[in-house]
Amino acid sequence: MFISNTPEDKKQMLEKIGVSSLPDLFKDIPQDLLYPALNLPPALTESALTAHMHALAAQNKTLLNFIGAGCEEHFIPAAVNALSSRGEFLTAYTPYQAEASQGTLQTIYEFQSCMCELFDMDVCSASHYDGATALAEACAAAMRVNGKTKILYSAGLHPHYKEVLKTYLKHTPGLKLEEVPLQNGTLDLHALKEKLTPDVSCFAVAGPNFFGQLEPLEDIASLTHEAGALLVSVAKPLALALVHTPGQYGADFSVAEGQVLGNAMNFGGPGLGIFTCKKEYVRQVPGRIVGIAKDKDGKRSFVLTLQAREQHIRRERAASNICSNQALCALNAVIYLTLLGYAGLREAAELNLEKAHRLKDMLLADGHRLKFDGLFFNEFVLELNAPAKQVIKKLAKKGIAAGFDLGRVSKDLKNCLLVCVTETKTEADLQKYVEAMRGF
Amino acid sequence: MPEISKQNVLSIEKSVPGRRGVRFEKPAHTPDKYLPSKYLRTHTPRLPQMSELDTVRHFTNLSRQNYCLDSHFYPLGSCTMKYNPKAYDVLSALEPLANAHPFAPEEAVQGTLEILYNLQELLKEITGLAAFTLQPAAGAQGELTGILAARAYFDARKDKKRTEVIVPDTAHGTNPATSHMAGYTVVNIKSGPDGCVDKEALKNALSERTAVVMLTVPNTVGLFEKDICQIADMVHAAGALLYMDGANFNALIGAAKPASFGVDLMHLNLHKTFAAPHGGGGPGSGPVGANEKLAPFLPRPAVEKKNGKFTLNARLPKSLGRMKAFYGNITVCLRAYCFLRQYDGQTLKEVAENAVLNANYVRVCLKDEFPAYFDAPCMHECVLSLNKDKMNGVRTADIAKRLLDYGFYAPTIYFPLIVPEAMMIEPTETENKQTLDAFIEALRRIFEEAQKEPQTVHDAPHSQPVKRIDEVSAAREPNLRW
Repeated sequence: MFISNTPEDKKQMLEKIGVSSLPDLFKDIPQDLLYPALNLPPALTESALTAHMHALAAQNKTLLNFIGAGCEEHFIPAAVNALSSRGEFLTAYTPYQAEASQGTLQTIYEFQSCMCELFDMDVCSASHYDGATALAEACAAAMRVNGKTKILYSAGLHPHYKEVLKTYLKHTPGLKLEEVPLQNGTLDLHALKEKLTPDVSCFAVAGPNFFGQLEPLEDIASLTHEAGALLVSVAKPLALALVHTPGQYGADFSVAEGQVLGNAMNFGGPGLGIFTCKKEYVRQVPGRIVGIAKDKDGKRSFVLTLQAREQHIRRERAASNICSNQALCALNAVIYLTLLGYAGLREAAELNLEKAHRLKDMLLADGHRLKFDGLFFNEFVLELNAPAKQVIKKLAKKGIAAGFDLGRVSKDLKNCLLVCVTETKTEADLQKYVEAMRGF
Repeated sequence: MPEISKQNVLSIEKSVPGRRGVRFEKPAHTPDKYLPSKYLRTHTPRLPQMSELDTVRHFTNLSRQNYCLDSHFYPLGSCTMKYNPKAYDVLSALEPLANAHPFAPEEAVQGTLEILYNLQELLKEITGLAAFTLQPAAGAQGELTGILAARAYFDARKDKKRTEVIVPDTAHGTNPATSHMAGYTVVNIKSGPDGCVDKEALKNALSERTAVVMLTVPNTVGLFEKDICQIADMVHAAGALLYMDGANFNALIGAAKPASFGVDLMHLNLHKTFAAPHGGGGPGSGPVGANEKLAPFLPRPAVEKKNGKFTLNARLPKSLGRMKAFYGNITVCLRAYCFLRQYDGQTLKEVAENAVLNANYVRVCLKDEFPAYFDAPCMHECVLSLNKDKMNGVRTADIAKRLLDYGFYAPTIYFPLIVPEAMMIEPTETENKQTLDAFIEALRRIFEEAQKEPQTVHDAPHSQPVKRIDEVSAAREPNLRW
């Protein structure tokens, strides 16, 4: 379809190579296995493909969305995609030839800088696959830092993050993974204190946690550090415009899902793993990092740096096998932050906070009740009189995605619904939601 | 002339207090109405303050400092920089697909799930494998998924003595790193004088401790492992599994099915063979295929079809677990689906044929100036080296930089590690003879320059926004943020 050698081109090239036909180029492949029958559907022209994809896309139904749980709907200014979809960004590779890739390199440097500012941390990598893998890699890095192999994690981590953590780390020699329970939706500090034995490498905690609740992260950090362990936190980037930062409460590593910064939901992928840490741990960071260098004339320029950590040099002794980053998603994030500035980001965050509380108040006034009574940013848990699963089904018929069914996480929470409200929702949307929820 | 319009000025240096590009409605209350001060941020982050126009110019001008596939031939070996059709940009971003939430009720995301399911079916057909997961976010994560699946398989058999993964020196650097992450000991074996696996070395390395042999096919010197079927037999006879790194699948697509070689597990790179753009480093996508025996161990959830409906099934008791928060890099999968739907059973092989034709053409045309390290027909890429006696001290790095001046991105250089002064050139099938001729001519001129004016090559590039960068200067005192 996109092959542009003509039959005449091919003829001349084959002659130059000194073979008589294209199959002659495949002589090393066992000949009985060459050119197998392929049962593929008929090839589509661009116009037929366009119609086909539109028809498939139409099988999706766009609902008024109140689901968060790790992937959120936010307003994306048009300039974000207009800029990031430029071929110069979209169709470039990892910037190996720095002199011909200064554009991509500078955007990554600016991404790292914006994230360091937002998180209040010293170092940020060029990005990771998503929040969950960034968390797993941060815990692996913590184990390399202090040589211990026991990891504590909060029961308030996203359930999928817990799963990824286990998948990634379960073959680490000597590994022990232990969960610290919650009490009324936030971390049980007494349990944490008890479990923080001297063999603990790090404690992984999310704030706000999976149930939307803010955590007393300063207290958690003190307890963790007093016990000689490292603190790995999972932050919410938009909330950081308002709430205590990883730098403020003293996280050693802090990671996050950055999709909320200028990236569409796309059924959950690609995500944008943000990986930050204190500067003393920079050599344990997995994946790409961009730094400032000088060219021959002493001019400021940008390059991939500290590559001695990476797989193509260290092979089995590398910090990680990762070699891509989510450059395009990171680009969306840095354009988004540049457009908004802190004033805009704060406004967006305040709207999330305000609208989520507005919906909560409207629901309480309508006779609903909350499962937890703690502080929250843009997500809260409703306790219903019916299984959340059924409620979700009924609201979907009215064009509303009601929230995340917490019965998927625990049987005890089968009547609980995790509701997310972002700046995209109008007062009319909130009213529609309250009306639809009446009776549950 | 005074330098009025400076390049490489950071956004933060263009920032003016009070300026901004986007406004939202005004919140009615300040945050302290909802949150006590203990939980609030204490100081202002230094984010740029710019208008929308400032922002658009800033990033537009940055983009113009990039070479990219849309503007330049990009023969980066092992990276398969083929043309990314514009239709796929549009079709992978259709609103109902882009706005799909991963936890939306399944009846609201049937379109997305159907495409993913169909893509799995297509990948199964072209590889001959029994099952595919689209979950891994990149090739390297695909490798990890594959090796963890192998480990789950042996664990389920209570076969605990298999602690080693054998990796030839012609494999991608990710292979040993991956094996280490999965808790295996890496056993490196040297390749033979023909650039392929030395079967004697493999035989000596194989034992009851071997879990997996990871083979990059074609390997990183651009050669097909011609004894792959015998290698598969040897591996299986030792009770181990054969993993194929399919990052180089562009050489084989439509021409051969890896399952027919005896491969148990493999990954594909959708951002390489399947025409998804690289985005300056990602997102990628690294689906993993498995044969019947290994399929139950692939990650959860899996996209399945039940009673005509598409569903994400997480109830997979033997599964290795979950690899990322949500299922797959969907936008990349959507593009790959578009790509595969534009070929049929007859035409798909033309992708591999033209990729291999183009690589061999470059190899043969340059044999006097830059001889191939292994003097044999190559697959989708050729690995050239320098004739040091003729180069006047000009090294591969210099040639790479000089190519930028001639309007070409550079090949992959100094990789694979086993080839001194390596230049790994992968043209892909979407380039044509005329482009290759111009590239070949540029390399010949650089060869001549090395004889007549080597300093010009040493000092390259001369045409870029910056001169040759001292990469070591960045690592000495790292400056990684403003």
